[in-house]
Parts: sequence; structure tokens; C-alpha cells
Amino acid sequence: MSDGAPRIGVITFPGSLDDRDAQRAVTYMGGVAVALWHADHDLRGVDAVVLPGGFSYGDYLRCGAIARFAAVMDEVRAFAERGGPVLGICNGFQILCESGLLPGALIRNRSLRFICRDVFLRVETSQSVVTSELMTGETVEIPVKHGEGQFVAREDELRRIDDEGLVVFRYASGDGVTDDAENPNGSIDHIAGIRNARGNVVGLMPHPEHAVDPDVGPTGGQPLFASLLAAAMAGAGA
Amino acid sequence: MTVSEQPLYRRLGLQDDEYDRIVDTLGRDPRPAELAMYGAMWSEHCSYKSSKIHLKTLPTDGPAVLVGPGQDAGAVDIGDGMAAVFKMESHSHPSAIEPYQGAATGVGGIVRDIISMGARPVALLDPLMFGPLTDERNRWLFEGVVAGIGGYGNCIGVPTVGGEIHFAEPHSQNPTVDVMCVGIARADKLATSQSLTANSGSLMVLYGAATGRDGIGGVSVLASATLDASSEESRPAVQIGDPFAEKLLIEASLELIDRGLLEGLQDLGGAGITCAVSESAARAGMGARLDLDAVPLREAGMAAFEILTSESQERMLAIVHPSRLSDVEKVCARWGLTTAVIAELVEGGGLSVTLGGETVAEVPARSLVDEGPEYDRPMAPPDATAMSSASNDPALLSFDKDVREAFFSVLTSPNVASKRWVFEQYDSIVQGQTVAGAGSDAALVRVPDSLKGIAISSDGKGRYGALDPYLGAAHAVAEAARNVAVTGATPLAITNCLNFGNPERPLVMWQFSESIRGMRDACLAFETPVTGGNVSFYNESSGSAIWPTPVIGMIGLLNDHRLRVPTGFPRPGLAVYLLGETFAELGGSEFAAAVLGVVAGHPPRLDLEAEAALLRFLQAAAAETLLASGHDCGDGGIGIALAESAIEGAHGFAVTVPGDLPAHVALFSESASRAIVSVAPEHEERLMSLASDHGVPLSRIGETGGPRVLFDGLFDTTVDELREAYETAIPRLLGEPV
Repeated sequence: MSDGAPRIGVITFPGSLDDRDAQRAVTYMGGVAVALWHADHDLRGVDAVVLPGGFSYGDYLRCGAIARFAAVMDEVRAFAERGGPVLGICNGFQILCESGLLPGALIRNRSLRFICRDVFLRVETSQSVVTSELMTGETVEIPVKHGEGQFVAREDELRRIDDEGLVVFRYASGDGVTDDAENPNGSIDHIAGIRNARGNVVGLMPHPEHAVDPDVGPTGGQPLFASLLAAAMAGAGA
Repeated sequence: MTVSEQPLYRRLGLQDDEYDRIVDTLGRDPRPAELAMYGAMWSEHCSYKSSKIHLKTLPTDGPAVLVGPGQDAGAVDIGDGMAAVFKMESHSHPSAIEPYQGAATGVGGIVRDIISMGARPVALLDPLMFGPLTDERNRWLFEGVVAGIGGYGNCIGVPTVGGEIHFAEPHSQNPTVDVMCVGIARADKLATSQSLTANSGSLMVLYGAATGRDGIGGVSVLASATLDASSEESRPAVQIGDPFAEKLLIEASLELIDRGLLEGLQDLGGAGITCAVSESAARAGMGARLDLDAVPLREAGMAAFEILTSESQERMLAIVHPSRLSDVEKVCARWGLTTAVIAELVEGGGLSVTLGGETVAEVPARSLVDEGPEYDRPMAPPDATAMSSASNDPALLSFDKDVREAFFSVLTSPNVASKRWVFEQYDSIVQGQTVAGAGSDAALVRVPDSLKGIAISSDGKGRYGALDPYLGAAHAVAEAARNVAVTGATPLAITNCLNFGNPERPLVMWQFSESIRGMRDACLAFETPVTGGNVSFYNESSGSAIWPTPVIGMIGLLNDHRLRVPTGFPRPGLAVYLLGETFAELGGSEFAAAVLGVVAGHPPRLDLEAEAALLRFLQAAAAETLLASGHDCGDGGIGIALAESAIEGAHGFAVTVPGDLPAHVALFSESASRAIVSVAPEHEERLMSLASDHGVPLSRIGETGGPRVLFDGLFDTTVDELREAYETAIPRLLGEPV
């Protein structure tokens, strides 16, 4: 780090919607937001990468299925390979799954409807780039907004996810109890977010970037960004 | 005479006298493509030929107004060199035929109106009206429209922050689907025909989607005639939306404006290329040479009239100096958008159109835009017997049922009940500036990088309009202003969408004229001028029209969004006050409709001076941070207003309903100019003196606190019971698990 604050790249794909929101959240939490462009083979030397929410390329095929072929994704894969912190939010999570950086897939919500509401997430591990500042069992309030956020995985993948402790967040009540009523999309085992084995790549459906500024929503996203900034500071991806 | 035997001009929706006018203008018989152009541009939807004479009487000027009617959208000054741009439109006719795409493309269209002003769209609101949900087809329309709004709006990165939904029988065949968009721009970058100068020799660049055969006849066939049994066959006249393309259009257009690359910008909506090219040329005081061979098409072999009037979505037209063309092409290419130079501005005012090297049209551009017909259509009030009168006043009907039961009937009426089922299907938070969304009296959207908030409310009063169109319109303006003021904001200006039946019927035209009169008086009293809007006529089928329903979109400014007054009771131990006075006014009320099953009587009186005083008082009280909560008394009266504040804030209350009216009248009267506020004990004295300064009557009716809800001497319940009833009413009607 040259001048202290970590530089967090936010990729804009055609159809990204929450890219500016992710940049604002990075700035709000004290980082330097760097705009990255889908068509560039260039991460501009950032310390961490955020794949934001939206509908990349319209998502007319399968969510994230086209974005995985974007030029910038070659760089993201290499960056992740080196241990660089990568966070995929909503559509970004879908892109990470399509890219094979995370297991599983996201399909239409069980209700078959888009859902936008604040939910609580129970932290399942602090061993990830977005939960190092959180304790296992803690809950954070963060909004979801998606039509295709039901997490599914093959049985062998699920076993691996379980065995290796890859679940980072589960939908739960404010006091940490999981049940169907708290699960907004029907995700298997109430899974809201997962990580790779190393913990440097995390994807989640809820939107932490919409939960940092208390004037416009809950603040459960603050510790996630604080963790990401800390991981970026550590410079694992450099 | 069958339709196919009629002359071409009639099949295009033109009247005999309108055809003669075209022949006069051209000095010859028009060619087929020319007729198609006039048919579209002189349609009711594009030309406002029946409404113009009335619209001219509305106040349009005020200190905050930057752009009034006549542009793609209005704009008001919100200080610090910034402008709020806003407009409302309807997409009711397409939605009646194909609810998902009809509603979706309505969103797309209004967003392009805002972009073409050079503003970034920051909020959408959707005022909707349907027939009762007990009917299967109404449920299909309702679910389809909501899905279409979400399906489009959620994919373009513009939050949907409000709107309102009403259900009434007259909307069974004719759902009303209005949509309002608000944008923010730097005032000195607003793209208007005054701020930008187009030059002869400049190019018209069409960018965005290719042109196809969808939406042909949208304005002339669909929007400017009544629906009938064969309307389903008009489905090809409904456009298909592509929100991904729209998102790219937003980003590319704003970049073009921001970099100063344009001499003009126009969206393509009703009447497609014909409208965009002729309006751009006419506004520049010029003509244009339009080459249809240059238009990118979705399929080969399209006829001139099809290319000229296609309403294919997600297209924009930029006026570009030749020296800037390559820059413009680069910006569009970066966003993956196709560009095509389709026309050139020329001196002289003539619009010539060629296809395959042949001239297919040669008309004066102005004649399409500014010289269309204008009608002073005959008007007639309804028979005296059909008019509202004291003799059928619901307040005089005997009522001996249980008040508690009646209260829950009103609370669970779909007009009053929670619309969570709807608004949770909309992304209300993207862009990160939504301070308050649906469920608040007015939505509040923060101006980026400032403390300012733009308050937005949309309101229509269909039942009141049915009984008295003058009062219906005036009440709609008053309620919208009150919704804005009760959050602490200053109402600035309105846009509107005027939803009516067939203007060729004298009764409908009378309703329209009365509504305009009511809107005018209210806008003058509140100093909220009209900056534009939209007229939607022909909302009727088989001779049965919708109620005259002007929907008002009010915009207001709160200088510090942290001073916003919330709707819900925020804590126990607050004093609850009723502002305003309650009279025996149940005419057109929710109680009368939901419990007595009648839409009758006279709507509540509206004292515009008293309302204006209340508006000023609410702003002053908010500025002094006296109010812990504030909520408009609207549908369902004070009982419902109290219940909603309790549910929203999760705190109960104990109140005594004031006055000596019969219990059900006191509880459900919809007297105007009232609000429920809660106040910390230390502020009560100041509140009373401020109210007295403003001449606003008020009564202390109780206190907040605890899980219970008590109407002293009437009945009691709990906040949980209220919430359960309020939240599950609509899912139950849709047959969903609750």
C-alpha cells in the first residue's frame, strides 16, 4: 500500500446496476473505489475486486452466463488464484458460480417472484474476506433484491460445501434462528452466501453495499466492507 | 360499411374534416405514407386535440419552475444549481391487452422522457387501478402489470419508490396503468430546445434498438379509441420491451449530454420516427431529409409507413453536428449500441422522406407537430338524478352494525390494506438514495452528495371524481400536497395523468373540463404549478367508462432529509393529535364502499385556504422538529390513519375519538385537510401555539404506547392483530398462503 487506503475495484458490465452503489459503499467505509470495465484485460492494480449486482448483458440466457466470458474475468480468475480478495454480490455471485470460482448455482426464487426486503443473515464462519470482523453466530441486517437467488448445488457439491465449511451466511431471524419463514428465496439449507476453500472469494445474494449508510437503510453491511478493506490492506492479491 | 371498405384515412383513425385539412395543407391528395404520419401525429394521444383548449387554463408558472409544459418533461429548481425533472404518463390501453409488456414498456417510455431532458432517472412511481380482485381476469391483469413493472424497472437500475393502487368495478375492463419518473440534472445541463441549438446540416442519429413491426398503430389504434371485443386482436400493436437495451441507452445518453456532444436529444415513443424527426425539426424551426433506407430494421421488406410509425422500444434520436459524429458513434459503440445517421436538418421547414430512392412523403414538419386539429368538444353535465346529492348521503343511512367489525372491513379492503405484496416485487433501493419508499405518505429520495431530499407522491381520487369531478381533482391535488408536506417537505409543482373515457361523449368532456377547473383552483391555492403531464382518453368499453380520474404527481423539496417526519409512531409516551376538523362526511368514502357497498353522496368539502394553512403548518412544525410522526388522514379516515401509524411504528395507542358525531361517522369520515401527528410532551405547548399562529384547529386525542390499540368507548385490539389483518388481506385475495 502506497498511501494507506486500500484500492477496491468495482467491475461494470453492461447491465450492472449496483456498481456505483458498491463504489459509494467502499468510499463510505474509507477505501478508494476504482471503476473497472468489463472489456479491459486490466484490474488497474487494485487490492480487491467487487462484482456488483445487476443484470449483466440482460441476463437473458442464464444469470451470469455471458459475463463469465468477459475479458476482465480472465484477470479476476488470475487475481483470485493468487489469493486476492474477490466479492460477488447478487449478479456478481451468479457470475462467480458460472465462472467456476464458487460451487453451486442460483435459480429462480421459489415464489417465482422478485423480492426486495431487508433480511437477517447469520454468520457461519469468520474465515472469509468479508467476515473477519464478525463472530460466528452473529447476525447482520442486509437487504436482498433478486428474482433468481435460490441457491442450489449437486449433492456432491453440497457435501463438499458442508465438509469444508464453505457456507458464510445463512438466512435467519434477528436472533439467529433459521427456518423457512426467514428464507426469502427457498435456498437449500438457507444458504445466502458461500466462499471458496481458501476464503478469499465470497459470493452472496444480499446487498451489503446497500447496508452501510444509516440514512438509507440498515447498517449490517458495514462489517463486511470493513473486513474486505482489511483483507485488501493485507495485500494478498498483489 | 366494413372496416376494410373504409377509406385508408379512416382506418388510420383520421376524421373526414381532418383529411380535408391535410389536403388543404399539402395542396394535393396525400400519399399513403403521409396519411400514416398524420394519422399518428394528429391522434388524440399525440396531438391533445380534445384536451388542449382546457389544458391551456392551468397555471404553469412559478418561482421554482425551470421547464414547463411542452418539453418531454417538466423541471423545477431544487437549489445548488440542480434541477428535478419529472413527468407522468399512462400505458393503460396496452396493459389492458397484454399486461406484462404493456406495463413494462410504459416504464421504458417515461424513463426515456427523463433521459431526453439530460437527467439521470432516480425514481419511479406507479399509480395503478384495477377491477376487484375477486374476479379472475382482474387478478391476471393485476399480477401481470406488477410483474411487468418489476421485470422492466428492476433491470434498469432506477428504484421504484411508490405509487398507489386502487380497486373499483369501472376498471374491470379498463385498468389504469400510470407511471411517473423523476430525474436529477444540473440545471445548466438540462437538454431542452431552448438550451440546445440545432443547425442546418446537423445530423439526426438514431441509436439503440433496431426498428421492427411492433407497436405499429400504438397511438392511433390503441391509445386513441375505445377497447372492444376485438381488442385482443390488437396485441401486435403492443410493443415488446428490452430493459437491458434501456439501461445502455440511459448510460450512453447521459454520457453524450455530459460531454456536450449533442445539439438535441429526443426519445422515440408514440408515433416513432415520425414524431421524433418532425418534432426535432419543428422545434429547431427547420425541415429534414429523412432516409428510411438508413434505419436499421429487424426484418426486410418493411413498408415506409411501418418504418415511420413503428413504436419499437429503446430507441433515441440525437441531433449531432457532423464534426461530433465520430465521438457520438464511439460513445454508443462503447455501450454496445448501434447508431445510424437517418436524417439531416435542412432550411425551409419541409420534411421529405425517401425509401429505395423514391420520395414517399413531403410535408411541412410543423404541420405534423403544431398545426393539428383542435376541438372544443360539446360538454353536458349528467342528469340531475345521477348527480351526487344530499338525499343519498351515506352519513344519513342507518348503521347499527358492530363498529369494530366495520373497522376491520375497512382496514382489510384492498384499497386500504398493505400493498407489500406489490412493492416487495420492485427494487426500491438501487442507487442508494431511498430515504423512504412505498408505505410512507410521500417517498423521499436523497439528492446525491447533499442533504436534500425530493419528496414525491402520486394520488388519484376516483370515487370522489365519480360523484363530483371538480372536487375529485381538487382533492387529488390536496392529498398529494398533504402527503408531501406531512413528511416536512415543501410542495413545489405537479405533473399529472388525466384518465378519462371517450371525449366524443359530452358527459366525459364535461367531466374533463370540471376536473381541470378543480386542478387549476387547487394548484393556484397551493402555489404548485403544472409542469406537464399526459391525457389518457378512451378508457371505456361497451359504453362504460372509468371514473374521471386525474392522477396527480406532486414533487416537493426537503432541504435536510434528516428532518423527515416518519409515518409510524416511533416510541411510546407521545401525545397524539388530530389536526383539522371532522365533519359528517362519508360521501364517496372507503367506509361507504367497503361496508355499505355504495359509491354515493357528496365528496367531502375542500376549503383550499384551510388546506394551504395545514400545509404551511406541517412544514413549519417539521422544520422545528416538533413532530415525532405525521400521517395524512385519507381513505378510511382517522381510524385507519391511526392504525397505519401504529403498524408502521410498532407502537400501540389509546385515543378518544373527538366530537359528538355517531361513532362510525367520526371514525370513518374522510373530511379533508386533516392529519394525525405524534408529539413528545415537551413540544406540546409549542405545537399548540404554532397551530394557533397558522389557524389550524387541533385536538389532543390520546397517547402512544404498548402493544394494545384502544379506541375509548368503542373497541380495542392489538398492533399485532392490526398488522396481521392489514398485511394478509391482499395475499388472501390472490389465494396465496399467508
